[in-house]
Amino acid sequence: MNRYFVPLGSFVLLAIVLAIGIRHSPDKGLIQSPLIGKPAPSFALPDLTAPGREVQASQFSGRWYVFNVWGTWCAECRAEHPALVAIAKSGVIPLVGLDWKDDDGDARRWLSELGDPYVEVAADRDGRAAIDWGVYGAPETFLVNDRGVIVHKQIGAMTAEIWQRDFLPLLPRRAGS
Amino acid sequence: MLPELGEFALILALLLSALQAFFGIAGPALGRARWQDSVVPAVAGQFVMVLTAVGCLVASFVNNDFSVQYVAENSNSALPLFYRVAALWGAHEGSLLLWIFLLACWTLAVAIGVARLRQAFAVRVLGVLGVVSFGFLLFTLATSNPFLRLDPAAPDGRDLNPLLQDPALAAHPPILYTGYVGFAVAFAFACAAMLEGKLDETWARLTRPWASAAWAFLTCGIALGSWWAYYDLGWGGYWFWDPVENASFMPWLVGTALIHSLAATEKRGLFKSWTLLLAILAFSMSLLGTFLVRSGVLVSVHSFAADPTRGIFILIFLIVMIGGAFSLYAWRAPALRSKAGFEIVSRESFLLFNNILLVVAAATVLGGTLAPLISDALHLGTLSVGPQYFGPMFLVSMLPLLALVSVGLHAKWKRGGVVEARRPILITLGVGVVVGLAVFVGAFADAGWLTPVGIALGVWLILSSLIDPLDRLRRGLSLSRAVLGMTVAHIGLGVFAIAVTSVQSFTHERDIALAIGESAPVGGYQFRFDKLESVDGPNYDGVGAQISVLREGALVAVLHPEKRHYFVQGSVMTEASIAVKPTRNILVALGEDLGAGRWSIRAQIRPLINYVWIAALIMAIGGVLALSDRRYRTARVAAERAAAGGGSAAGTAVGEQGA
Repeated sequence: MNRYFVPLGSFVLLAIVLAIGIRHSPDKGLIQSPLIGKPAPSFALPDLTAPGREVQASQFSGRWYVFNVWGTWCAECRAEHPALVAIAKSGVIPLVGLDWKDDDGDARRWLSELGDPYVEVAADRDGRAAIDWGVYGAPETFLVNDRGVIVHKQIGAMTAEIWQRDFLPLLPRRAGS
Repeated sequence: MLPELGEFALILALLLSALQAFFGIAGPALGRARWQDSVVPAVAGQFVMVLTAVGCLVASFVNNDFSVQYVAENSNSALPLFYRVAALWGAHEGSLLLWIFLLACWTLAVAIGVARLRQAFAVRVLGVLGVVSFGFLLFTLATSNPFLRLDPAAPDGRDLNPLLQDPALAAHPPILYTGYVGFAVAFAFACAAMLEGKLDETWARLTRPWASAAWAFLTCGIALGSWWAYYDLGWGGYWFWDPVENASFMPWLVGTALIHSLAATEKRGLFKSWTLLLAILAFSMSLLGTFLVRSGVLVSVHSFAADPTRGIFILIFLIVMIGGAFSLYAWRAPALRSKAGFEIVSRESFLLFNNILLVVAAATVLGGTLAPLISDALHLGTLSVGPQYFGPMFLVSMLPLLALVSVGLHAKWKRGGVVEARRPILITLGVGVVVGLAVFVGAFADAGWLTPVGIALGVWLILSSLIDPLDRLRRGLSLSRAVLGMTVAHIGLGVFAIAVTSVQSFTHERDIALAIGESAPVGGYQFRFDKLESVDGPNYDGVGAQISVLREGALVAVLHPEKRHYFVQGSVMTEASIAVKPTRNILVALGEDLGAGRWSIRAQIRPLINYVWIAALIMAIGGVLALSDRRYRTARVAAERAAAGGGSAAGTAVGEQGA
């Protein structure tokens, strides 16, 4: 093979990857995640804020909750944090955090400095739980209903506007009022 | 009326760019003199049309015309005038228009700068630039029209993203894009040379100042973005290895390789195909960056509303431009092979290693940026790539590069050996090692192995760069701007290495909870929370704290960090307050209200952080100095003579007209 074709060949490969990337990217926004309507994956992970304890999915059965995937290494998570704090303050629904592939010390420092919107934070140190949840990249936010079914998924930073538009209308009136 | 005029101007610009591309490429190929003559008028016409479109959009912003959707989404009547103009590039559509405008400016500059050269070549360069311009104009009109109307008009605008309401950020996109787009010129030169089937030292001499100019702009643009992140994102970080940052960094790395490779091509007629490849690659990286940012394929702090159809369009454009250029390369580059040889320890081989390391570094960054995408496409599960990957991987190629520059500077062209310069190299290396170890042992206890290595390499590089220029001055010889520019840029690199090492090793950072009147120690300073007051801005309100920084009881600085609430978008922004000292920056950011009068406060002391950006500026100045060298001005005359003498290799002498 002529070496002058190497750049062209590499570029063709890259273009294929990008094309697949584009084909997938609508999933992230327009077409819903395949997990929607499916039961939320179960998990049992160490509690970030209370060493020695575990956080389990079963703790939240029978309740609506928001499941937010974040990490201190993720710049956009910082951007969405005030919105999460505001949602938690509104008291509409409990937030459960999944601290993804993170250093526990950093994560605790982050929460003490930026405020802790979560009722529980599970530390997913090796990222296994995030894979079960089909997480593309932090931040992602899931809405889980009282039967343990994922109702909605948001990829990218949460904002007050997205919360109002996409999440609040899905909540039952009792929980939403 | 103005928005419609702007849109109409863009459509005319599109048509003119199509003419420019067609006449520019087909004219010389078919040897039609009349076709070639119409290229420059098309360039000028396109420039006027694009300028008109930009003027119309700026006028809509200034007049608060909220019947224009883009204005309504990115401005507000309470927004200060300065930001109403800067809001032009506050989101996707306007950024594209800015891109097109800058491309039109570069194209016009090329038309003026090289039009007096061999016409066939200049026309081909403009033709290739026309293709680029056509693609971007079509993209804008088809998917991202900034002139769309809202009916009914919005009563007021949704305001500019508060993160962007900052002087540094207002200047950051234009400068960065000037760099990005500038590589289109080197790309066009490369494509024109391949179309023509002729590449010589004159070509390299012509291309080099354009590549250096683009590189200098890109350097400044990246530094400005990093500076903005440091003080406006509010948390004192200055580089996040975010996809968008990587997108600007990859063309920089390849561009750096390009300007060095061009040096070898100009001086010795070497690395021709390699130089062509780098010229294509640098601009490809710019386009790829655009794709990554605009398509929403990767999530980033910087991504605005992303849209898959835009992604598909850019991907097609990418395939046409880059795929086309690489095909041309596969077809024509073998004929343009260099014939000269060189010995293994010559300057040429050092430049080659420099190129390889830079390209490896760019590939490392590209791999890390695309890894989540690739892993997802191959169903390998999800993958996150953060600073833990980029930091160490990047060092693997950068540390050897620093050492290589210090030695390579003294290598001679063609002839082997650095024996003559062995003494100064070893002496400067010795000084570097001593300084590095002194800092390591003397300054702080908790520094890692990287501290002495980074500082030693930086010091070595600075001193080593100075040897030759000082020697020349001592012997009463003159110093050309090119050598001066090179020296300045390399000193900048050395300063950069020292500054980054110091910042990474000696930063003190703590989050403290304070009530009014309390104080806490961080890194030898005492931070005292004096008072809290409310603040009122034109389009925000919030709280501001006053924090005094003391050292051994003496007041060092009084800082006023704020937490702002922007009315229209309802977003909260942390405005850090920074005391800038010659050797360090003290940053204070206001965190959360912890209740009972206590606030969380981040205190950070970063030594030498300013020198990271100053170093980038020094490098850019070096680039500008080098491109202002006299031979680039005389090159034009030489090329004109050459043009008057002989025809081109592709046998298009029919269309050729001497200057």
